[in-house]
Amino acid sequence: MIRESYINWIVLAGFLVVPLWALSADEPFTITLATRAVLLALAAVGLNIALGIGGLVSLGHAAFFGLGGYAMGILAHHAQTFTPLELGMFTIAGTKSMPIIWLTAIIVSALAAFVIGLLSLRTTGVYFIMITLAFGQMFFFFSISWSAYGGEDGLSIYVRNGFPGLNTLVPIQFFGLCFTALCAALFVHWKLRKSPFGLALNAARQSPARVETVGLNPVRLKLLAFVISGAITGLAGALFADLNRFVSPTMFSWQLSGELIVLIIIGGVGRLMGPVIGAALFVTLEHFLGAFTDFWHVWLGVILLLIVLFARGGVVGILTGKAGPHV
Amino acid sequence: MSEAVLETRNLHKSFGALKATDDVSIDLRPGEIHAIIGPNGAGKSTLIAQICGGLQPDAGSVHLSGRDVSGLSTAARAQAGLGRTFQISALAMEDTVLENALLGALGQSGRPWQFWRSAARRTDLLDRAMAALDRVGLLDDAEQVTANLSHGQRRQLEVAVALTLGPKAFVMDEPMAGLGTEGSKTMTTFLDGLREEAPILLVEHDMDAVFALADRISVLVYGRVIATGTVDEIRASKEVKEAYLGEEA
Repeated sequence: MIRESYINWIVLAGFLVVPLWALSADEPFTITLATRAVLLALAAVGLNIALGIGGLVSLGHAAFFGLGGYAMGILAHHAQTFTPLELGMFTIAGTKSMPIIWLTAIIVSALAAFVIGLLSLRTTGVYFIMITLAFGQMFFFFSISWSAYGGEDGLSIYVRNGFPGLNTLVPIQFFGLCFTALCAALFVHWKLRKSPFGLALNAARQSPARVETVGLNPVRLKLLAFVISGAITGLAGALFADLNRFVSPTMFSWQLSGELIVLIIIGGVGRLMGPVIGAALFVTLEHFLGAFTDFWHVWLGVILLLIVLFARGGVVGILTGKAGPHV
Repeated sequence: MSEAVLETRNLHKSFGALKATDDVSIDLRPGEIHAIIGPNGAGKSTLIAQICGGLQPDAGSVHLSGRDVSGLSTAARAQAGLGRTFQISALAMEDTVLENALLGALGQSGRPWQFWRSAARRTDLLDRAMAALDRVGLLDDAEQVTANLSHGQRRQLEVAVALTLGPKAFVMDEPMAGLGTEGSKTMTTFLDGLREEAPILLVEHDMDAVFALADRISVLVYGRVIATGTVDEIRASKEVKEAYLGEEA
C-alpha cells in the first residue's frame, strides 16, 4: 500500500504537469479543463472541512459557491457598465480587481455560512441535510427572480478580471492563480486538521457527548468549521465565475451541492486530497465520456456506487488500504 | 460535617405520569466514594443526566462546590469541575488513544481555538494526557486506534479522559460494566486510590465492587432514595433487602 503523503504529492504534481504539457503542446482547452478541475476541487476542499472533519453533510454548499460567483458577477458588472452599486446609504463602485473580488466573496459567503450554520446546526443527521438544501434552494430561486442581475439568464462578464502583475486572459496564468488558491486551501485544511481546533472538531463528529463532557461546545466548533468551509467554497465560486466569465443561477443549483459531495466521496471523505482526486476524475470523465454520450453521469453513478459499496475510503482509501472516517 | 463537593437538592423529573426522579437529595463529600445502586429502571441514568447537564430537572437544583450549576450546560459543568465517565464508552473511536486523552487536556485548558499550531506540539496538553494514560496503564497503547482497544481498555481510557480534566468530583456511570473479574478488580483498586484526589459518585451494578469501594451507598427505587448509609447499614436494612437486594440474591 502507498503512503498517503506520497499520493498527495503525486496528485499535486499531476495537476501541474498536465497544464504545462498542454502549454507546450499548444492545447489551451486542456488548460481550461484543468482549471475547471482545480476550481471544483477548491470548492470541494472547502466542503471537505465541514463534511470530512466535522461530519456536516451539507447539501447546500452551492449557496456559497453561487454567492462567490455573484460577488464577482455583481462587482464586475457594475465596473463594466460604469454604474455604481447602491447599497442603501452606501454607494460602491464596481471593480475588476480579483483580490478585492475574492475578499468580498470570502466575507459574503462566510457571513452566509454563519447565519445558515447557526440555524442548521440546531439539527443533525437527515434534518441537517434537508435544512441546508432548503437554504441552498432559497438562494437559487432568489437569483432566478433577481432581474437586476440577469435573473434566469445570468450575467456575462466580457473581460476576465485582473490580478496585479498577471495577464489573467492567458489560460496558463489564470490556471496558476487558481492552482495557488487550491494549494492555499489544502494548506489550511492540513494545518486545521492537526491543530487543537481540528482535534476537537474531529472528535465532535465522532462523539459530541464526549466533547461536551470535556467542557467544549461541539456546536460552536462545528459552526466555525462551517464558516471556514463556506468561505473557501465561496472563493472557488468567484474564481469559477471568472473562468467562465459568466455567472448564473445554476451555480446555486442543488445538483452542484450534490456533485461536490460526490467528488469528495469518490476521492475519499476527510482525506486531504480526496476532493482533488474526485474533481480530477469528475472532469476527466465529463470530458471523455461526455464526448461519446450525453448520459455520462450514468458511469459516474456506477463508479460512485462501487466506491460506496466496496471502498468506503474512496480512491485514497483504496490506494492506502485504510478506510476513511465515518460520517 | 465538611461541605459537600457535589450535591443535589430535591431533584424532580417526570416523564408523563412516570416519576423518574422523585425528590432526590444526595451529597458527595470530600474523599469519599458514594455509590448509587438500584434495580433497572430506578432512574439512575436520569439522575446522572440531570447532574451532568444532559437533562433539565423539573424542580430542584445541583450544586458543585456550593455553586448552583443547574442552569449551566454540560460543557460549562465540565469546566466547573465535573468529570464524567460514560456507561457505554463515548470515545472518538477513529482517533488514537493519545488523541482522546489530548481532547480531555484540551478541554481542561479551555483553549480549543487554535488553528495554526499543531496539537501534538502543545507540550502542556501532551504531558497532561500522557500522565493520565500512564496512571490507568494505557501508556504503551497511546498510538493505538481506539476502535482496536479491548472493552476493558476502553473503560480505562474513559477514566483517563476524566483524569485529564482534573475534576473536583467524578461522576462514573458503571465503570465496571462488561469488565471481567480481573478487569473489575483492577478498576476497583484504581478507583479506591482515586477518592483522595476527588470524590466519586459511582453508579454501579457490580455489588462486589460497590461493597468493596463505597463509603456510603444510596439506594434508588422508582426514582426515590429509599435509604442512604454505610455499607453495613445498607446491608442490614430490611427495606433495601425487600426492594432490591432480596430480588437479586
